Amino acid sequence: MAEIDLNEVDKKSKKGMLSKLDFKTLGPFIAMIVLFIFGYLINDAFINSGNLSNILTRSSFIGIIAVGATFVITAGGIDLSVGSMAAFISGIMILVMNELKTVMEPGLTIIFAGVAISVVLGIAAGFINGFLTTKGKIEAFIVTLGSMGIYRSLVTYSADGGTISLDREVRAIYRPVYYEDLFGIPIPVLVFVAVAIIGYILLNKTVFGRHCFAIGSNENVAKYSAVNVDITRIKTYILQGICVSIATIIYVPRLGSASAQTGTLWELEAIAAVIIGGTMLKGGYGRIWGTVMGALILTMIGNILNLTDLISNYLNGAVQGVIIVVAVYLQRGDWKKKK
Amino acid sequence: MKFSTKLLGAVAGLAMAVSSGVAFAETYTMGVSIPTADHGWTGGVNYHAQVTKERLEALYQDLKIVLVTAADPTSQANDLEDLVSIHEIDALVILPTDGGPLTEPIRDVKASGATITVVDRSLTDNSLVDIYVAGNNSELGTTSAKYMAEHMNGTGNIVILRGLPISIDEERFDAFMEEINKSSGITVLDNKHANWNRDDGFIVMQDFLARFPKIDGVWAQDDDIALGVIEAVKEAGREDELFIVGGAGMKEMVKRVMDGDKLVPVDVLYPPAMIATAMEITALQFVSGAPVEGTFIVGSPLITQENAAKYYFPDSLF
Repeated sequence: MAEIDLNEVDKKSKKGMLSKLDFKTLGPFIAMIVLFIFGYLINDAFINSGNLSNILTRSSFIGIIAVGATFVITAGGIDLSVGSMAAFISGIMILVMNELKTVMEPGLTIIFAGVAISVVLGIAAGFINGFLTTKGKIEAFIVTLGSMGIYRSLVTYSADGGTISLDREVRAIYRPVYYEDLFGIPIPVLVFVAVAIIGYILLNKTVFGRHCFAIGSNENVAKYSAVNVDITRIKTYILQGICVSIATIIYVPRLGSASAQTGTLWELEAIAAVIIGGTMLKGGYGRIWGTVMGALILTMIGNILNLTDLISNYLNGAVQGVIIVVAVYLQRGDWKKKK
Repeated sequence: MKFSTKLLGAVAGLAMAVSSGVAFAETYTMGVSIPTADHGWTGGVNYHAQVTKERLEALYQDLKIVLVTAADPTSQANDLEDLVSIHEIDALVILPTDGGPLTEPIRDVKASGATITVVDRSLTDNSLVDIYVAGNNSELGTTSAKYMAEHMNGTGNIVILRGLPISIDEERFDAFMEEINKSSGITVLDNKHANWNRDDGFIVMQDFLARFPKIDGVWAQDDDIALGVIEAVKEAGREDELFIVGGAGMKEMVKRVMDGDKLVPVDVLYPPAMIATAMEITALQFVSGAPVEGTFIVGSPLITQENAAKYYFPDSLF
């Protein structure tokens, strides 16, 4: 009898040890470290400070958007429009700045005006998505699929099918926002880190964040617990809009242009980053740091593939697909449970 | 501007109605079906089609041109039906969004008695085609390779940024490789797809720069890619080390060549204006007795500082 009990205890403690090794939390980090080592083995140019800085800077667009998407998805929603929204906001920003240049000297005022327009458009676009999904009672998937098409067409229309390019002189002033460093760190990376920290605090340390979790896991229970579901949901979409706007503010100075091709598939990359990071696609659980890792992993895959000619170009998509699925499999951690 | 064009069209239509009533001066209708302006090059196609339509209609009183754009093969097939049933076209000039699925719809247009002019893509049944106007993808590759080999005096390292993995890209790439391999001193370090896109051009070039300490020449194959490459090279501060060859003849790039930009000494033409060539040739069959049926290949010459002005269209979108 006593022996059996001991076995029970032993089993339990073993189980406890395993669950202490929390794969849900560590999964994305492990995946990233594995990928990091893999990258180094493939080409040692991978760990050059220049290359690492490229990866961080590059991942900032998707990363910032994905931080917003973490809120939307945690609260049980989805936003497919972010890529088109980014293209649309970039396009309008550039058109406004070009227009202002015809009436005033190129200077910081024009840049600030462009940034302000971007934020206003981001908030407005997010509000529309949120309002239609909650008050309009249309599924988020359909609303944002619709707005995705609308923004994509609007940018093609504004560009007359071509490319909207920022005026050279204005661009010269704006360019450092993407290319310069502050305290030795590229500005886009600093912005990304700031957005992630603010996102972390909002999601984990505030009432709003707890409401997101509650709505995502059970909308009705949240409702009965006096959570204002609609307002909270709308807030997540507005937050997503602001994140898209911040991403465009650092995207536009990179190439100074927007076209129908800008931001294509960003929505899927952002969602992939969120899910790789351990957030549940069906809502109820979200993790900002995981999302950050997810964005880095996605960027690293593309970078590593560019650093080698071992893998045929035609198979790039396959490699990405496999790594995404494996990364998510690792963090679900179900594989260690013997059934 | 647009209104006046419409007005002109209405007047032309009215004139046609009147003249056909008289059954005296015969009028002809040419249908022009092209892809929607969804990226730079097709934007250029739209611009040149519009300009040529206005010019030809002003020039030939008895010619009416109907211009339609479609985003995908299905809507383009619908457009073709409308052109036949509503506009009763005598000739079709088409740049197919995709040659395969449009072959049968084009067969129907042909059956209605219209002359068929196909631009830049091949159909699965090319016997339907009366006039074929196309760019020369292999020549684009060969011209680029010849120039690069010469500019590098036959030695050095090249990286290649390719387009989308489709046959156009393959033709260009294969011809380039065949030509560049003639110079044994030139090493092609690697090639990656940059999807005819500025953002991808930027990213792929950043990675090439991180990976290879010495690059002498970049074949970007396309001007959109090249613009991304230029930014990446500038960011890395390696402008003096290398030169870039794009392709297409985008106005920003032609301008750089014209201004003697060291980073972009030349460009290789792949003109969206070939739609204009096709429309002009097709119009000729109605207004002159000259034989026009056949294949017309628009070359891919080198745009240099000396001849750049000839290829520079500041008003074009592209």
